[in-house]
Amino acid sequence: MKTEKAASQHALAQLTLVRFREFTREPEALFWVFLFPILLAAGLGIAFRNRPADVIRIVTPSAELARALRSEKRLDVQQLPAAQAEAQLRAGKAALEAVPATSGVTYRYDETNPDGRTARTLADAAIQRAAGRADPVPVNDSLVREPGSRYIDFLIPGLLGMNLMGSAIWGMGFAIVDARRKKLIKRLIATPMPRRYYLMSFVFSRLVLLVVEVLAVLGFGALAFGVPVRGSVLVLAGVCVLGSLSFSALGLLIASRVRTIEAASGLMNAVMMPMWVLSGVFFSSQRFPDAVQPIIKALPLTAVIDALRANMLQGAGVAQVAPQVGVLGVWMVVCFTLALKLFRWK
Amino acid sequence: MSEVVGKAALCVRNLRKTFSDVVAVDGLDLEVRAGECFGLLGPNGAGKTTTIEICEGLTDADSGDVEVLGLTWRTEAEELRQRLGIQLQETQLSDKLTVEETLRLFRSFFHQGPDVPEVIARVQLEEKAKSRVGGLSGGQKQRLALACALVGDPDFLFLDEPTTGLDPQARRQLWDLIDRFRASGRTILLTTHYMDEAERLCDRVAIMDHGKVIAEGTPRELIASIGGEHSLEFSAGDGAGGLDPAALGRIEGIRDVHLEQGSVRMMVTELHRAVPAVLDELRRQQVPLTELRTHSATLEDVFVALTGRRLRED
Repeated sequence: MKTEKAASQHALAQLTLVRFREFTREPEALFWVFLFPILLAAGLGIAFRNRPADVIRIVTPSAELARALRSEKRLDVQQLPAAQAEAQLRAGKAALEAVPATSGVTYRYDETNPDGRTARTLADAAIQRAAGRADPVPVNDSLVREPGSRYIDFLIPGLLGMNLMGSAIWGMGFAIVDARRKKLIKRLIATPMPRRYYLMSFVFSRLVLLVVEVLAVLGFGALAFGVPVRGSVLVLAGVCVLGSLSFSALGLLIASRVRTIEAASGLMNAVMMPMWVLSGVFFSSQRFPDAVQPIIKALPLTAVIDALRANMLQGAGVAQVAPQVGVLGVWMVVCFTLALKLFRWK
Repeated sequence: MSEVVGKAALCVRNLRKTFSDVVAVDGLDLEVRAGECFGLLGPNGAGKTTTIEICEGLTDADSGDVEVLGLTWRTEAEELRQRLGIQLQETQLSDKLTVEETLRLFRSFFHQGPDVPEVIARVQLEEKAKSRVGGLSGGQKQRLALACALVGDPDFLFLDEPTTGLDPQARRQLWDLIDRFRASGRTILLTTHYMDEAERLCDRVAIMDHGKVIAEGTPRELIASIGGEHSLEFSAGDGAGGLDPAALGRIEGIRDVHLEQGSVRMMVTELHRAVPAVLDELRRQQVPLTELRTHSATLEDVFVALTGRRLRED
């Protein structure tokens, strides 16, 4: 006898509902998925906010030089006795010391320190101008400081990518390994539950939570810092969904055979840690040597973050993010296939 | 289920299962008739759980045949899953879900079965319907586990140690629920290492030891098979050293005399004849009596008589 059931009684709907309930009744999970990235963005956004140009501290024992140098607004000039000035330079508290010499001035500074080199240029220009040098070419400064080129603009897509990875891998990994440890998976397969529904319920609930998660991070970036979304919202949504699916597949693969929470968290950290460092969350992945760039580009987190940055900051369309989409697609298909083959149900 | 009444609901032939180097099930045969409550009784490690999990289709046997409700796992697993109710020995259901949510989930897997509130009422958890599973007592959790097994209106119920670890009141409550299911004419296979549970619930039992069935029958038949209805036990204190147990064994109606640390244990058929005869014999041997006990023979005595060991070594 087969009776018709309402949609809400459907096994897949019930399994997905259960996923939601388990997630929303876990305050720690809510914190890590929703609040943590926002706190991180706020903290880093404030720490690295663009200051009106850096003021570099320099020292000089000479009152005459100090007067000349103070005409340069980007220098913080301290006139100190020679011994103290020397000590400040050695301690790194001053980037440069200007010392009167028998003919002219000696600049003492560390030329490997960017601040030292900048101070040298600024100090010299100030002293030469004070001595009567006239610039042969007239110049004008026009300052560019628009949203999209600040650190926070770089950071928000990075954090979003990191969050997509973390919530998918942790959400998948812990829930599955915990259910296996409690023999809940065994209990479920003792019922007529279709096994694919069990796995699909994780993916479905992830995709719904994804909407909230992405809106939280992007909304915060837009409201608090004016971080732009220049590209098509559809492409952005597509990248987020594909990224989340790839990471879910990776999480499923990690959880496919592990029996203990300890082993699972070790494995998850081992997978995610290199990507946190290499994939350009906090700084550009271009800083790593050219030789490893192909490997870095093949990582799913790099692909997600690169695609998000291209879309949000440069307004890239589908064609421009195609390579990243390809990388993510491969990860998704390979990990899902392997995970389904390896999954330990009993 | 009417078409299988009187026929075998479960038929196990020459079942074998080895885990690395441990033989868990060693050529086991079993037949459970439709409508009966059948108990697999044995000590821990006898192979009860492995046997029941093979019957439930959760573990693959190395060899042998299993037929449940006339179907096999190889060819009709889908249909079997719909018709079986299963309770595993140690499942922890999700602590964060309520009783109602848990049952709604399990209900969604089955084509037919009672409504969720009805199942909750059946296991007497109405007051806990909206409570989280994590806050339930051991007995309530076990009743919820039973509800999860009943939610598909099964023809065959598998219970693996349903009352282990419960207090006496919770056990009796669970027994009543199992009794009620049995009264509806459906079949039950349960494992237990409590002899009183098997005697209370089961129409027939199989006693298992080292992966084999060593005795099978109704509890009454098994008790009768060891040659006595009663167990008689006495202590002789310091005088036990001079006791000749063989002389006791020669008394008519007394069997299986065991001497164990100054305490003597035997099976007797008729208590009113055996007790005076034993007392006479002890007087003749001049052995002083410090304690005398009798109790009706139980399945525990059957197990001791068959293996020389107790069911639970504790």
